[in-house]
Amino acid sequence: MTRKPAFVGWFLLPAILTALGLTIAMLTVLQYSVRAYIPGSLDVGGFTLDNFQDLLKGLYARAFLNTVWLSFKTALFGLLLSYPLAYTLVRTRTAWLKSCILIIAITPLFLGEVVRTYSWIIVLGNSGFLNSLLLAIGLIDKPLQLMFTDTGVVLALVHVTMPIMVLMLATGLSHIDIAYEKAATSLGASPFRAFLTITLPLSLPGIVASVTTAFAWTFSAFATPQLIGGGRVSTVATLVYQLGFSSLNFPFAAALSIAGLAMTVVLLAALKRMTRPLQNVGIH
Amino acid sequence: MTRSTRDRWLGYAGRLLVALILLFVLLPTVVVVISSFSSTSVLFFPPKGWSLRWFERAVSYDDFRSGFYSGLIVTAWASTLAVVIGTTLAIVIHRYTFRFKAVLEGILLSPLFIPHFTIGLGLLMLVAQLNLGRGYALVIFCHVVLVLPFVLRSLYVSLQNLGQRVEMAAASLGASPLRVVWTITVPLMLPGLFGGWLFAAILSFNEFTASLFITTQRTQTLPVAMYNYVREFADPTLAALSVIYIVITATLLTLANRFLGLGRILNVDAPR
Repeated sequence: MTRKPAFVGWFLLPAILTALGLTIAMLTVLQYSVRAYIPGSLDVGGFTLDNFQDLLKGLYARAFLNTVWLSFKTALFGLLLSYPLAYTLVRTRTAWLKSCILIIAITPLFLGEVVRTYSWIIVLGNSGFLNSLLLAIGLIDKPLQLMFTDTGVVLALVHVTMPIMVLMLATGLSHIDIAYEKAATSLGASPFRAFLTITLPLSLPGIVASVTTAFAWTFSAFATPQLIGGGRVSTVATLVYQLGFSSLNFPFAAALSIAGLAMTVVLLAALKRMTRPLQNVGIH
Repeated sequence: MTRSTRDRWLGYAGRLLVALILLFVLLPTVVVVISSFSSTSVLFFPPKGWSLRWFERAVSYDDFRSGFYSGLIVTAWASTLAVVIGTTLAIVIHRYTFRFKAVLEGILLSPLFIPHFTIGLGLLMLVAQLNLGRGYALVIFCHVVLVLPFVLRSLYVSLQNLGQRVEMAAASLGASPLRVVWTITVPLMLPGLFGGWLFAAILSFNEFTASLFITTQRTQTLPVAMYNYVREFADPTLAALSVIYIVITATLLTLANRFLGLGRILNVDAPR
């Protein structure tokens, strides 16, 4: 290796300072999580592990499981809806269809969680679009309760995570050479069979990447479960906010965040490990 | 049924499926657009009358105006700083090895999986403990941390596509390493720099969860102001603001698609 020129140190300085700031902030969370909560005060007491013990209480354990379950459902339904779009986007030869899918599927990515969640509130509400439509055509006689339910939250979360899933799946699909499919069909496989035995397995890395991202996004989503769940759907994110800003119990909010972070890391590592044999499929 | 008819039916079914999914994606947007022109403050479908009053209210509401300006300040600073920090780091990481390189890179990429509320909470508790105020500096630092991984990614890609030959030519003609960086590397990276900046700016302007934890009435960004509005009022003002948002975003994306080829930028075009 050649000797490093002097500017290297200066070029690294801003990045090091940023990393330092982030590390200290995360250590502060860790430090708060092992301090005692003094009700009615922002100051914290001595060192204790009580916060982590309290995490095992029903309410918080349920919120944890509920968050994982919501993330799982979101990732699954998101994948089922995103894959056909991504596939058509990459494989279609019709230019207008391609632009159409790109604009429609990708625009929501740049709209932010609040705008998208708000639009689902008007769709799902008791006098909202969906209920008005179903009542008008006589499919139901009283409004369906969709707001403040898990179903409503999952619907909106699927919609929120779809653009990024479509993007990641499409990136993965675009790297698969169409020649493989053509070879299969020329040897007599139906297009459907060629898809099932060639394209689908080759696109597994993209599937894993998109599911992982959907999982992480759902886990940290706040506006959607808070506004559509309306306090009746508890997730780790909404609990941390309530603990911090309603009860001012920052030590416990910190403990909950740490536990959530630990769980994210474990789940993502497990997902990566489980799918490792699959990830080499597309490499040749 | 012969195979070719079956395949044709599968093709029709596939097209129908794609159309239905696109309908699902479009549905909330269409509903928001309809609601924004409603004349009543309580929403009905179909609306009982039409008006533009919610658009007037959306652009004149004080919290939205101040949120918009705070957002612009934060976004301009955060995305510019992130590009500067990202570029210097990417150049050094791409060319040299040094101790703790993996650690530094790992920390800076970690916001990709650390939930935003955790980062917001950490920064909030940090300034509380140090008795510092919650000003713009805090919000800007937070946004730099959150958008930096995305900036770094797009810069790595443009550095990889750069090729070292021009740089080596300049160095062999006697240019100092720093001069090579300034006169060759950075100018060649400009498209990547601009792309990274734009991406960072969009993400920062829309960031909500971490901002909710660390902003105050004075520094609250537009998404936070919008969130507070939904919690207090149920009228269609936010629908009108959403429509403005959607129109601007869709216009920018359509232009980007027409002139730059969105498929190429987003890397989803199949090799042909």
